Amino acid sequence: MSKKRNIKILMIIISTLFVLLMLVFPLASVLVNSFSKGLEFYFNSLKTEYFFSALGLTCIVTFITVIVNSFFGIIASYLLTRYSFAGKHILATLIDIPFSISPVIAGLAFIMMFGRLGWATPIIDTINSITGWNIKIVFAIPGVVLATIFVTFPFVSREIIPVLNAVGTDEEEAAAIMGASGFTIFRKITFPHIKWALAYGVVLCSARAIGEFGAVNALSKTRGMTFTLPLEIDALYLSGSSDSIVAAYAVSSILVLVSVILLVIRNILEYRSDRIKISVEERAEIKED
Amino acid sequence: MIKEKNKEQNNKRKKRHGSIPGFGLSMGITLTMLSMLVLIPLASILLYGLSLSPSEFFAIVCSDSVRYALRTSILCSFIAATINCVFGMIIAWTLVRYNFFHRRLIDGLIELPFALPTAVAGITLSKMYSNTGIPGKWLSAIGIDVSYTHLGIVVALIFVGIPFVVRTVQPVLQKFDYQYEEAAHILGAGRIITFIKVMLPELMPALLTGFGLAFARGMGEYGSVIYISGNSAKDHTQVVSYVIMQKLNYMDYAGATAVALVMLITSFVILMVINLIQIKQSKRTNNV
Repeated sequence: MSKKRNIKILMIIISTLFVLLMLVFPLASVLVNSFSKGLEFYFNSLKTEYFFSALGLTCIVTFITVIVNSFFGIIASYLLTRYSFAGKHILATLIDIPFSISPVIAGLAFIMMFGRLGWATPIIDTINSITGWNIKIVFAIPGVVLATIFVTFPFVSREIIPVLNAVGTDEEEAAAIMGASGFTIFRKITFPHIKWALAYGVVLCSARAIGEFGAVNALSKTRGMTFTLPLEIDALYLSGSSDSIVAAYAVSSILVLVSVILLVIRNILEYRSDRIKISVEERAEIKED
Repeated sequence: MIKEKNKEQNNKRKKRHGSIPGFGLSMGITLTMLSMLVLIPLASILLYGLSLSPSEFFAIVCSDSVRYALRTSILCSFIAATINCVFGMIIAWTLVRYNFFHRRLIDGLIELPFALPTAVAGITLSKMYSNTGIPGKWLSAIGIDVSYTHLGIVVALIFVGIPFVVRTVQPVLQKFDYQYEEAAHILGAGRIITFIKVMLPELMPALLTGFGLAFARGMGEYGSVIYISGNSAKDHTQVVSYVIMQKLNYMDYAGATAVALVMLITSFVILMVINLIQIKQSKRTNNV
């Protein structure tokens, strides 16, 4: 028995050390570095125009991304779990594509579509000349939004699909037979099941949208106009003077704070959805009896 | 007559898609959004890539900088994913099997790399492991340089990859039946033999999936790597994503597209392998 206890202690120590060294240290290091020139310097580096512009853009981009991807995620997961049709697995794999490719490629994709050589550029130009608008996509805010939507595309549906699979389709079928319309079924039956998973997906999606760097970096070149917070950090860090590097850490500390908050929300939601999962399983057991 | 026909069609449709209404609408929205936001942009890369002649394509892909970058990315992602499998397994085991004071805290912190912006992770790790940072100072005193070497890339990729392994192994371990272990134990197997012969084969699909996900993420990783790697062409510390970005910045669209195509193919292969493993696994568990 004492041997087993030793293994237990050893395993706990290894896990704790790994988490401390690899995950907690970097967090602490951001905070230490950001305050290394004093409080006043810290707050001054958060008062620049560049910072406010980047903060505003990050909020706008994250907001649009979350709305678009939640809408898509709900509908796609409803489609993939409520109906059977040919090519379902292929569709599911296609939705997961952005998850497995480099964000830089996402940026490249929009450049190849809307950039100087892009096939869609003449279409946009025609629209602009007819309507007198001045729509620009690459190296402008729409490009940043599109790239962020691309990289976070499967985040919400991935969280909802397992929940809908676990709940099963009995209740919806019963409602449909009793004559409920599609929207009523969704509102009264499906949505209450998925609301925690949706919230969970939204948290993940916004965490990634706030922090997206590679894809946005390819599509955004104007500091103070189309830069999000990660790009602002990059610009400060690469400009190289010791002041601007500390400022880069100061901006980073804001993002650290946001990501820690999101992590806490995520854990609370996980706890909640676990309890729902258990109640679903219990119900299934009762049914079997 | 027409009414009857309509009814028949309706019934047919119902049989195919079940009785829940809304199939057409949800299919339409899903396909439209997927095509507009993901597939058509990706196809644009393919479209431009196809306009390159094969000799142009291979000239770009086989150039020194691209070859070295591919080698660095594959090698570092492989090593990092392997290390993550070992530690991910230990952490998942600890979280599932033992109850201790800070268990929930560690469980929550594991996902930090998902939540922390990659650029923030990148600049911090780069500072920590440079010769002015805290572990970096000590490591360089004993002759190990981490920042701006391949080792630095591996460290960054361990950071971004660890949640993938833990989160795929954890649920499988949670469902694991104690009976098999007990049986093995009663039959006289030691703890190590039990683990290797009884548990590891069961955990292998999950472990491989975790490995695949961490490896795929490592291959495409940009933000957390570019600061710590130093991006030196001479020391071969450029990763593939960096090379694509560099070509983009020089307006070398042909080059960027060619390298991107190679990466797209790589990630499709990884995705397919992961899917195969999962299909095999679900078949096995269904048979039991």
